[in-house]
Amino acid sequence: METKELTCINCPMGCRITVTMSGSEVISVEGNTCKRGDVYARTEVVSPVRTVTTTIKVTGGSVDRVSCKTKTPVPKDKIFDVMAEIGAASCTAPVKIGDVLIKDCAGTGVPVVATKAVGVNPED
Amino acid sequence: MRADIVVIGGGPAGLAAAISAARFDPSLNVLILERDNELGGILNQCIHNGFGLHTFNEELTGPEYASRFEEQLDGLGINYMLNTMVLNVSSGSVTAVNSNEGVFTVSCGAIVLCMGCRERPRGALNIPGLRPAGVFTAGTAQRLVNIEGYMPGREVVILGSGDIGLIMARRMTLEGAIVKAVCELMPYSGGLKRNIVQCLDDFDIPLILSHTVIDIKGKERVTSVVIAKVDSNSKPIPGTEQEIACDTLLLSCGLIPENELSRAADIKINPATNGPVVNESFETSVPGIFACGNVLHVHDLVDYVSEESSRAGKSAARYVSSSNTSVGAEIRISTGSGVRYTVPSIVRPDELDSDLIIRFRSTGVFKDSYIDVSFNGPKKIHRRKQIITPGEMEQVILKKEDLLNISGDICVAISES
Repeated sequence: METKELTCINCPMGCRITVTMSGSEVISVEGNTCKRGDVYARTEVVSPVRTVTTTIKVTGGSVDRVSCKTKTPVPKDKIFDVMAEIGAASCTAPVKIGDVLIKDCAGTGVPVVATKAVGVNPED
Repeated sequence: MRADIVVIGGGPAGLAAAISAARFDPSLNVLILERDNELGGILNQCIHNGFGLHTFNEELTGPEYASRFEEQLDGLGINYMLNTMVLNVSSGSVTAVNSNEGVFTVSCGAIVLCMGCRERPRGALNIPGLRPAGVFTAGTAQRLVNIEGYMPGREVVILGSGDIGLIMARRMTLEGAIVKAVCELMPYSGGLKRNIVQCLDDFDIPLILSHTVIDIKGKERVTSVVIAKVDSNSKPIPGTEQEIACDTLLLSCGLIPENELSRAADIKINPATNGPVVNESFETSVPGIFACGNVLHVHDLVDYVSEESSRAGKSAARYVSSSNTSVGAEIRISTGSGVRYTVPSIVRPDELDSDLIIRFRSTGVFKDSYIDVSFNGPKKIHRRKQIITPGEMEQVILKKEDLLNISGDICVAISES
């Protein structure tokens, strides 16, 4: 039996969670104050995931870059692959919040969506 | 020009205050004055997620969170002016300037101060060394990367472990920079725990506690910084110096509420928060002028800014709508041991329309301790907390009926078990 100490990142409470494991099997989760903490701890010890937030190039927009995110969290070890694909991509104004900018980012099956609206550059 | 309520600043506090004022009384004419070219304030550059868990029960990025508020303005008939700088505030009058109107004055029934805060710059930190390019506040770097699309540097040291510093450690790393260390003067981080996990631990960025920058080297551009361990009086300890090669130093060393307008209006300022002294209605010492958000006290969560500001906006609307100026008994809220400040610091129980939320910060880190609230004698609240840190705001809620018949101060304190 081994224990892993985690800090829950689901909300600003930052609960300290102790996961007791036997091999790859989770025996118990303690210290969380809500159900999300339990789910997080069980996923985090086996396959950690993160939402990636960054910006993507916009052409013809009132600004040059628009903020975006992976619509759902991606495996932690894919973060830099996701960044590389977003870095090489671009989109065209106008952009609305929630527009899909990349359908399947870096083979994760997760789309990248805009998190801000960008209008068309009136001078173009 | 005339408005019933003028809201100064269109960031998260101003948006929430304006919306709740207009909701309280749809006949009121509410005007937001914003100096930037868009609404949303600092949320526009906070492209990371984690906003809105309390308000919307989902995890949003900063721009998404702001848009949830902005899209309500038109329906409520709230007016706003962008690129407009407020120059002066006094009871019933706001003077501002922009390129279309020149200098103009708005007469009004109430004012809500929502100017937010500023970062503490290098000049305020007295860091010795040369004056090369490459020293930025973390928020300036955040704006450069996230809005302008420029990388401020490639090899980075961050001084201060406040949330913006931690967020920027991750952001710079994602964009290909090498973050060599985050140095923190205090023996604990000033940032949220989850940011330490997500922004530093995830990328193996070292957090060096009880250290500060004692020298900045480089003639044209930063070439290195020297850090040293500090003693319990924050003085560098000779012999502990280490030089770290880098081209960029980011500063995340605290935020200061931006109260030039408040001071000029002779509004009483609390030296512990650098924000106005307010009562339960978020009214300052000048009647009809209210304050909320980071101009009042620096928050770690925007959700709390929105919640607090909507109460302030409602109070401002009630002030304008009602001719009732009666004020009941006034009770002071005092800070006991371990508590640096409380907001509000005055409560008039008769004016409460629901329970009283007192928010406060601790003076240091307390483990396995208790939050105590007493009304001039026995403890009314004695609540155990696993951990209390200055970086995370605490709150206690007092019932209105419990406050109606008390005499003397309310004292909020932290006691160790």
